[in-house]
Amino acid sequence: MTIEQSPKLMRDAYCETLTAAAERDGRVIVLDADLIGSSGMKPFFKKFPERAIQCGIAEANMLGVAAGLSLTGKIPFAHSFAPFVTRRACDQLFVSGAYAKLNIRVLGSDPGITAAYNGGTHMPFEDMAILRAVPGITLLEPCDPVAVSELTRQLAEDNLYGIYYIRMARKNAAAIYKNGEKFTIGKGKILQEGTDVTLFASGIMVAEALIAADALAGEGVSARVVDLFTWKPIDADLIRESAERTGAFVTCENHNIYGGLGSAVAEASAQSRPVPIEFVGVNDRFGQVGTESYLRSEYELTAEHIATAAKRAVSRKM
Amino acid sequence: MDTLQLQNFARDIRVTTLEAFKTPLFGHIGGAMSICDVLAVLYGSVMNVDAANPLLATRDKLVLSKGHAGPALYATLCLKGYFSREMLTELNQGGGRLPSHVDRTKTPGVDMTAGSLGQGFSAACGIALGDRISGLATKTYCIVGDGELDEGQNWEAMLFAAHYKLDNLTLFVDYNKRQLDGYTDDVMSLGDLRAKLEAFGFVTFNIDGHNVKTIQNAITRGQEQAVKLGKPLAVILNTVKGKGCDFAEATGDHHMTFTLEQLETTIAKLQSEVYTV
Repeated sequence: MTIEQSPKLMRDAYCETLTAAAERDGRVIVLDADLIGSSGMKPFFKKFPERAIQCGIAEANMLGVAAGLSLTGKIPFAHSFAPFVTRRACDQLFVSGAYAKLNIRVLGSDPGITAAYNGGTHMPFEDMAILRAVPGITLLEPCDPVAVSELTRQLAEDNLYGIYYIRMARKNAAAIYKNGEKFTIGKGKILQEGTDVTLFASGIMVAEALIAADALAGEGVSARVVDLFTWKPIDADLIRESAERTGAFVTCENHNIYGGLGSAVAEASAQSRPVPIEFVGVNDRFGQVGTESYLRSEYELTAEHIATAAKRAVSRKM
Repeated sequence: MDTLQLQNFARDIRVTTLEAFKTPLFGHIGGAMSICDVLAVLYGSVMNVDAANPLLATRDKLVLSKGHAGPALYATLCLKGYFSREMLTELNQGGGRLPSHVDRTKTPGVDMTAGSLGQGFSAACGIALGDRISGLATKTYCIVGDGELDEGQNWEAMLFAAHYKLDNLTLFVDYNKRQLDGYTDDVMSLGDLRAKLEAFGFVTFNIDGHNVKTIQNAITRGQEQAVKLGKPLAVILNTVKGKGCDFAEATGDHHMTFTLEQLETTIAKLQSEVYTV
């Protein structure tokens, strides 16, 4: 099974959606930390120079400025590479943003192995774990440009309030959804039904999970595939229902298995209907340079690893 | 308010701050007492605010970045009618609305949450920029501590304020020369602070932070220059930690415990200071 690439880049979907939102709503403001060239927001900066704030390489200040803009009723969208808006500026997002109950969207790009040639310093396997402990925060990881567009539109236009973090690969992505697909924040999307095991994935791992499910079908294992694009609040209802239906889970994340999607699913499962869970993700390691394909194999994030884990999970059923 | 009224207002802020401390009998009294005069000028004369409409978009805003000085701001807001005198007894009490560090979600009139030092000036930059984008002719003020300037984020925000020519923004440095572990010169020297602020692109004044007339003049003249030059304004307030509270001045401590008698004696002494023509 192969999954086609989307003709659109993730960052282009983000920029087009925010530019359209800014046309309609003067409250939409974009901030960047000397990475406009990377985030693909040049068209926005050109079109709305007065509402596009270049902050220089100063992420802590950028998030503080975003908090101040929120106090004046603006809807700030701040971007840098994921490690710099989470590891580096964590206290600013925590105190000036979340604790102060302000309204900020943060885009962290190049999550996990998609940082590729930038290597270990730029390769966040911990961003979601850091932010998952921020009370009330919403954590999103869309898997394709359709999801990016629709979620970004909601964050700009739907009168949502709070701290929202979007973890997003910037460039090519698999085409998972058709245009017009609807997404509800906090609710996972069942991409494929199955009865033996549920594969929970987000971001770049969704395509791998679909390929794994296809391979498993050939071996007589029926896998449900869920795009769990909201890591927080986690979809506890779907997790319980999936436990009842399939009785075993594999979580698939481009992130450290400690504190990430697997942890969130395991916590929810433990509180409702515990089932065997296998964790496909980065096993407590730092990043390094390499192509995405090299790193996918190095950190055991492939469809093959998911399929093997699924068979382990199924074999552990009582 | 005229100068005499401002002097009396500053005294009343000190007295009311000490009244509030009667409940916990501990707290950051030194850093609160050192900013009472600038608060008197801001809320007595300078800022366009309305206690009946604490969230009005067109108001001037203050970010008290040295959030531990909250009690002085609470006293000021109470005297301005933002909340009742009874509420002062909630200082640092569980479930109360006056926490040790300022919290915009708890206290009417507090414009921004602060306490993790070094963050307030960035938020102030965001407010000043946001109001400018909205076409509002407001002013934004921020008070930082001298010790707080150890935090690098302040200097990121200073670059930002100058780069974006935020001439609607005023930064006060409460230069009381003390921080938790001792004198700023011993803990981490600030060097020539005025030269640094000027080099970062601020119209800069270096004044007596306990003289209300001097503070008011610095704001008026400074803001005129700032607008003319397209620069933010910085005012270094040379202050005394614990000013007006003898037992706090004597130690210069960042956080201390004290007795009701100490507070009563100090309040009586302050109340004997009536400024008249």
